[in-house]
Amino acid sequence: MPETATLTQRVLRHPLLWPVLALVVLLLINVVVKPNFFDIRMQDGHLYGNLVDIVRNSAPVLLVALGMTLVIATRGIDLSVGAIAAISAAVACTRIVGAGDEAALTTAVLACTYALAVCIVLGAWNGFLVSVVGIQPIIATLILMVAGRGISMAITDGQITTVRNGWFSDLASGYVLTLPLAFIIALGVFVLTAILTRRTALGMLIEAVGINPEASRLAGVRSRTIIWTVYAFSGFCAGVAGLVIAANTNSVNANSLGLWIELDAILAVVIGGTSLAGGRFSLTGTLVGALFIATLARTIPNIGIPSELNYLFKAVVVIAVCLLQSPKVRALFRVHRRGPSVPVLAKGSAA
Amino acid sequence: MLKKTLIAASAITLSAFAFTACGSDSEGGSSTASDDGSITMGFAQVGAESGWRTANTKSIQESAKDAGIDLKFTDAQGKQENQIQAIRSYIQQKVDVIAFSPVVETGWDAVLNEAKAAGIPVILTDRAVDSKDTSLYKSFLGSDFVVEGQKAGQWVVDNAADADTDGDGAINVVQLEGTTGAAPAIDRGEGFADAISADPSIKVVASQTGDFTRDGGKQVMESFLQSGDHIDVLFAQNDDMGLGAIEAIEAAGLTPGKDIKIITVDAVHDGMQALSDGKINFIVECSPLLGPQLMDIAKKVLDGEDVEPRILTEETTFDQAQATEALPDRQY
Repeated sequence: MPETATLTQRVLRHPLLWPVLALVVLLLINVVVKPNFFDIRMQDGHLYGNLVDIVRNSAPVLLVALGMTLVIATRGIDLSVGAIAAISAAVACTRIVGAGDEAALTTAVLACTYALAVCIVLGAWNGFLVSVVGIQPIIATLILMVAGRGISMAITDGQITTVRNGWFSDLASGYVLTLPLAFIIALGVFVLTAILTRRTALGMLIEAVGINPEASRLAGVRSRTIIWTVYAFSGFCAGVAGLVIAANTNSVNANSLGLWIELDAILAVVIGGTSLAGGRFSLTGTLVGALFIATLARTIPNIGIPSELNYLFKAVVVIAVCLLQSPKVRALFRVHRRGPSVPVLAKGSAA
Repeated sequence: MLKKTLIAASAITLSAFAFTACGSDSEGGSSTASDDGSITMGFAQVGAESGWRTANTKSIQESAKDAGIDLKFTDAQGKQENQIQAIRSYIQQKVDVIAFSPVVETGWDAVLNEAKAAGIPVILTDRAVDSKDTSLYKSFLGSDFVVEGQKAGQWVVDNAADADTDGDGAINVVQLEGTTGAAPAIDRGEGFADAISADPSIKVVASQTGDFTRDGGKQVMESFLQSGDHIDVLFAQNDDMGLGAIEAIEAAGLTPGKDIKIITVDAVHDGMQALSDGKINFIVECSPLLGPQLMDIAKKVLDGEDVEPRILTEETTFDQAQATEALPDRQY
């Protein structure tokens, strides 16, 4: 059937159609309410406007969601990313403040490297609990989700630590070639992940583990190593996200930094079309999902929704998007049914 | 086997975390409350959630020492059940007076009735409880958030000519609200609206929650700045959101404190620094240093004197010159 499908049919069946459509509709709503929403101008040598802010603010969620995508593809979940982000920020900021020359580039680089190393170790700890000890991912990562915030509070003594380092600040507020550096970093991690998983067999192996770890192990796939690796990668991504969030305000508040970002990330992954049941994933979908989350966050102040209704508005939008994604609901909208919808689902392995 | 051992091990670690929350009250022993004239106070703190709270804890501990009051201190780590446990243990230890900063507003009647039955007076600090029975506590010492909002609004009214940064006769105010539903957020917003209603040229054109955090304040302010309408004044309901907003304003190529006048509440160190640097125009203090007042009230209650059921913390406001002066001695 795929070879006979016309272009329209291919577009209609493309798994990215609905997430992209949702994003476009959300952007259009913003333009209708505030016609200058798309305005972009140059400001101090870089682009400035709502869209620029959106891609910049999407960076932390995108980073966390990339790690989460691979974890979810192995049929796992990582709830500890928010806590890991907080630890990463706490470690980096306390090291910058404690360094001899607070404003030096080397201080920032060393502090960030150190923080990311800690995060990879924490991610590997999650991987160890899941793959070696065999604890359910949701429980295994819950341990660090709860304890991690305590650790980050202990590192900062429960205080808001403010740093003064221009290089560190540039992580979130800097611009390269008029584009926000934070987004370029997130995009860089996205491209690297895509190349690693889609240009090598790694992506397929991850999906194989997600479909059936035992069978893939018997088939010669080193399931344990793969699971271990994806959790460590998720820890790394959360660590980078934590650094970006801290750099955004030049400070770390261990209480609130990265709070609930795991839920935003899971939502971004799901909106992007990756199945929580594991076995298939779409990195491009995750990118669209993260942009959608950031646009949603911008939509609320832009169209002036009262604070009390924030969550309700978010809930309505998310429900609408999830309904759009549901094959059953979509089937209701389809005028001409082209055979049963099951085969369409089965071949839905995304790019 | 290994799996089970590890699960057990992590369970033990987790419960150890829980126990440390109320670990400090076990060391005091059970019979320190005495009849030798010295006063023993049991204090159940919310947790170490911010610099403000840490300063609050320090103030209480230091002033207890100065007043010669034996203080038993517990940290509830933001959990009501820990706080209730701590209060129960104070009742068992027969302390002379119990003071605490309730984590949440409701659910205190049972444990406060136990204290009342044991004849131990209770003083609330900083946060109120929502109970119909006001005989459950002697006094509530804390800030009046409505007054704080009014002070902030009054500044705009008093400085209307100066605050109208584009000189068009209308003063457009944007507001960064605290966490939706939190008492300080509701009351500060109310007080502010109340005060600015005195001048019809002052109008809140946009208001949105920034969750009391710098990141939240920055992101919402970014959006406000993109709206295209001129903003004269920013009212941030705490310093942190104001500090985040300053970064957004600077990124937009505007000068905080000049192009947009900024008013915040709290007066924590970083906020005072920004005020002294000219990036904030006015800060309404919300002081955590209520220790001396608390010890005073405790003594009065135990001497059988009548105390006011509602006592306000001694607080002030700061403009830029006052901030520069006060900054070196700022404890938090």
